Amino acid sequence: MPIDMDKTDVTEADTPGVPLLEVRDLHVEFRTREGAAKAVNGVSYTVDAGETLAVLGESGSGKSVTAQTIMGILDTPPGRITGGEILFRGEDMLTMSEERRRTIRGDKIAMIFQDALSALNPVLSVGYQLGEMFRVHRGMSRKDAKAKAVELMDRVRIPAAKERVNDFPHQFSGGMRQRIMIAMALALEPDVIIADEPTTALDVTVQAQVMDLLAELQRDFTMGLILITHDLGVVADVADKIAVMYAGRIVESAPVEELYKRPAHPYTKGLLDSIPRLDHKGKELYAIKGLPPSLMAIPGGCAFNPRCARARDICRTEVPPLADVTEPDGTPIGGRSSACHFWKETIHG
Amino acid sequence: MADRGEPILQVRNLVKHFPLTQGILFKRQVGAVKAVDDVSFELYQGETLGIVGESGCGKSTVAKLLMRLEQPTAGQILYKGEDIARLSGRALKAVRRNIQMVFQDPYTSLNPRMTVGDIIGEPFDIHPEVAPKGDRRRKVRELLDVVGLNPEYINRYPHQFSGGQRQRIGIARGLALNPEIIVCDEPVSALDVSVQAQVINLMERLQDEFELSYLFIAHDLSIVRHISDRVAVMYLGKLAEVGTDAQIYDHPTHPYTQALLSAVPQPDPAARATRERIILTGDVPSPANPPSGCRFRTRCWKAQDKCAKEVPLLAVPERYRDSDSGARHASACHFAEEKDIVHA
Repeated sequence: MPIDMDKTDVTEADTPGVPLLEVRDLHVEFRTREGAAKAVNGVSYTVDAGETLAVLGESGSGKSVTAQTIMGILDTPPGRITGGEILFRGEDMLTMSEERRRTIRGDKIAMIFQDALSALNPVLSVGYQLGEMFRVHRGMSRKDAKAKAVELMDRVRIPAAKERVNDFPHQFSGGMRQRIMIAMALALEPDVIIADEPTTALDVTVQAQVMDLLAELQRDFTMGLILITHDLGVVADVADKIAVMYAGRIVESAPVEELYKRPAHPYTKGLLDSIPRLDHKGKELYAIKGLPPSLMAIPGGCAFNPRCARARDICRTEVPPLADVTEPDGTPIGGRSSACHFWKETIHG
Repeated sequence: MADRGEPILQVRNLVKHFPLTQGILFKRQVGAVKAVDDVSFELYQGETLGIVGESGCGKSTVAKLLMRLEQPTAGQILYKGEDIARLSGRALKAVRRNIQMVFQDPYTSLNPRMTVGDIIGEPFDIHPEVAPKGDRRRKVRELLDVVGLNPEYINRYPHQFSGGQRQRIGIARGLALNPEIIVCDEPVSALDVSVQAQVINLMERLQDEFELSYLFIAHDLSIVRHISDRVAVMYLGKLAEVGTDAQIYDHPTHPYTQALLSAVPQPDPAARATRERIILTGDVPSPANPPSGCRFRTRCWKAQDKCAKEVPLLAVPERYRDSDSGARHASACHFAEEKDIVHA
């Protein structure tokens, strides 16, 4: 029996002033034998319709765990949400009923994973897997669902979609599989798409194709896009605003041009400086010293302090709040904040 | 680099075909994956040659052939004039000492059951002439120090180290036998951004210190540019273009190189609107059944009838033969034409 999930059940209209998706002070930890690993320590961000937020961070920064928590695919246990809210159009998804949550997740928020080969079921045809979205969520017949699947494959520009709809995932190339993942995420026309390193596993020329497709679809459907990545180049190409994460916290957030022009956190500055540039040829690359901390033992005060050239006593004792960043004369800079005690010195030199 | 002397390594018309067979009891060959097809290049003392290309282009197979981990189907690999491809036994062992490798994945290329000291010291078991038995621990400590690890860590196991530290262990192992050439297959692509720069700096420092020649295989074009003196671009088993880093990046003449350069995401949001981008259509064809003529023609916007019929040779294009611009370097395209991608 197909379950009929009524679309009108969920608030459709955008209420002015309420963001499409908001994460507020989220805390997630993992219980391990050695103690609690604090993966997410008070993350807040918002995404609006038609907007692209890039969440930038290295492995272990908590960027993917935040996304998994939004999607409700966090493994609990060992994971545990210890605080915070995830608001979809102002409604907290962490406290609402399971039934209601399910209509939002899937229908309104969709996710694209890094590794398409392991995200797709190898023993079912791609047409079946795409059609599943329509059969389960829209109660369509098998025949209609398959027709829809072909339509979607056309939409993400898979050549000869009609002939290939019954092919299996292994018969497609990496780029084509990622397109199928995108098609699957788009199937129910969600309002928010979370893309977790969508092009990391792909070659550069194919990466450019897939990123272009994603950006185009986002424009056409005016979706909010959360792009999780470690690649500063990809971010510069597509994002509107950026949240930089380090050891489970957002250390800086800013509109994209602003952040590249004048970073307000030493970690961001270090990342940007360590990109090989043309005029640096033959010289030593700037390298952030040391290693990202273990999540079991995050340094006290500012988590970045052992690796920071600017660190002083206060950085070892006091956790810097995510404060608004202003011009030297005090005029606020729209949408900028930094969690550094010395953001003024960092940004204004 | 006016006087580079004799190349330390010369690769001539190297070919590697992997046979495709059918049948269980009576295997018959039904085709071949043409992983490397007629590739020639030189490597000079103290130089870094970067090889870039997408997955499946044959760059890792080239690395394996140089290490003699694979037997070439045809062609020569001349190390100081001696053909490695034909050596065996003691002679091969002697040459192998001088060509070492650093692998991509520091998680799988170190044996989890061996201590760091045993891993780095293992090459000495095979080549005992380099370090006499009693001297090995001291040698290993020295190597740990050289790559920036605490020599006290000699008894630890790989899992006790981070990715960047493990890659340093891999590099120390590569250095153990004082080689002249190190083949680096994607040495930093598995590492975090902030750690990549540390490892690249280390590799450059070691190159100066020990006068190493690097064959640096990677897909990250900005890192290749940073570390390489010369760059070779590979596509589907063949070299598309070879030149100095400035020639390749500032004056690319092969359409594939141009597309590759334009596809690299630039960490500069201001350039987003003004940048010209070449988005290639389709995927890389199968190396088991490559297109006739120029292998890139199926994705090339310049392709004409000639491209399907004639294989373009890797040579300086005629139009640039007498020019003194950066476009005067080898390019395997019938219609090679300079196009500035990076600065456009």
